[in-house]
Amino acid sequence: MVAEETAVSLSKEEILRYSRHLIMPEVGMEGQLKLKQAKVLLVGAGGLGAPLGLYLAAAGIGRIGMVDFDVVDFTNLQRQVIHGTKDVGRKKLDSAFDSMRDINPYVQLDRHETALTSENAFEIFRDYDYVVDGTDNFPTRYLVNDACVLLNKPNVYGSIFRFEGQATVFAYEGGPCYRCLYPEPPPPGLVPSCAEGGVLGILPGIIGLIQATETVKLILGIGQSLVGRLLLYDALGMKFRELKLRKNPECPVCGDHRTITKLIDYQEFCGIPNQTHLEAPVSGEIEVTELKAKQDRGDKFVLVDVREPHEYQIARIPGSVLIPLGELPKRLNELNPADEIVMHCKMGGRSAKACDLLKQNGFTKVINVKGGITAWSDKVDPTVPKY
Amino acid sequence: MAKILIPTPLRQFAEKQDSVELPGATVGEVLSGLTAKFPDLKKHLYNDEGKLRSFVNVYLNDEDIRYMNKEATPAAPADTLSIVPSIAGGAAYGG
Repeated sequence: MVAEETAVSLSKEEILRYSRHLIMPEVGMEGQLKLKQAKVLLVGAGGLGAPLGLYLAAAGIGRIGMVDFDVVDFTNLQRQVIHGTKDVGRKKLDSAFDSMRDINPYVQLDRHETALTSENAFEIFRDYDYVVDGTDNFPTRYLVNDACVLLNKPNVYGSIFRFEGQATVFAYEGGPCYRCLYPEPPPPGLVPSCAEGGVLGILPGIIGLIQATETVKLILGIGQSLVGRLLLYDALGMKFRELKLRKNPECPVCGDHRTITKLIDYQEFCGIPNQTHLEAPVSGEIEVTELKAKQDRGDKFVLVDVREPHEYQIARIPGSVLIPLGELPKRLNELNPADEIVMHCKMGGRSAKACDLLKQNGFTKVINVKGGITAWSDKVDPTVPKY
Repeated sequence: MAKILIPTPLRQFAEKQDSVELPGATVGEVLSGLTAKFPDLKKHLYNDEGKLRSFVNVYLNDEDIRYMNKEATPAAPADTLSIVPSIAGGAAYGG
């Protein structure tokens, strides 16, 4: 199925398959051959990558690379429509490629089963004309941006949160880049993640397909692209708005006085402690098994759950009191500094912040539960549902 | 009274409202009114030095105020201010 670089043409079967494209003069045979010759890299096979992979394959992009190292789990299925229930436990690339191959066997699919890093980004990006950012975290977003700017490749951007999405095209022929829009990321934890904040399952479908549309338009060279415009989508209000996106002359990677000329450490740039730090024992932190042992021994302590009320309704650890993190500053009087206070959340991030807040307010006997209720379900009580 | 649109991630600090109308002759004045009304928003919009955080963009209608007169940009009653924070979409960190 490898598309020949020279003398590209469509077979009789392909002509039939793409007939609805071929009969439109804006695409036609010339456009369809452009699609077949195009090389597109999708970074991430998740919420955004799912519709992107399906539709770009169907549209007849000649070569699609995908970067992902994750495994399909049940929580993905609410939005990642490229994977099915039968795929849970499989590698996302295997599952995604099966779906794409089923839709269009004429597409060459390239596996990049790895995390995208500063070490491998250039090597992976180099072969492609367009990079589509469907990642789910700030370090990778800045990495994708910088690599695209430095290699002069368009970065088709989309991101989502709960009921809202953003899309644009960065770094197209010297146009504005992600750093022009946001010079720096928020500190870790300030903006809730999808695992914490949730996302409407349909939303990545909309945003992913806006990215797919922009990719196809750029390849065909038709229409007006989102270059220089940030498209905002609000699913609840069902409104699209657009804001002007300007090139920042002070931008460190694409501005007049560039200070970033090679890829950097993006975890550090985003203020995220590296893995060795995460694994090191942190004082004032216990495993869920130790929490269970404390309960079984009848130790005297107060267990505080800092998640939101709707999460408390889904699952809870017996004996906990609910004080959502956002309400904690106003409800400190409900806690006694003389007591030992053990705090937990879903995965341990919010409760770590809650511990810091208590310590700043003079509490000394404060303990965080590592891994939160998710770890409790894994290691102590599997009847507690994970979400 | 300029209208301010509050994005989803920040609504939890603004009594769950998606927009408010506030008086003010400049963008800075309107934003001061906003943080006076919702004090919890302040640390999400401003750093310790009182400057707008670099991952929070403010637009007057469709223009980024960084390319106008920043917070001194005049705001008219018919204007719409949008706060547009960066979102990453599904990060596995923290939580």
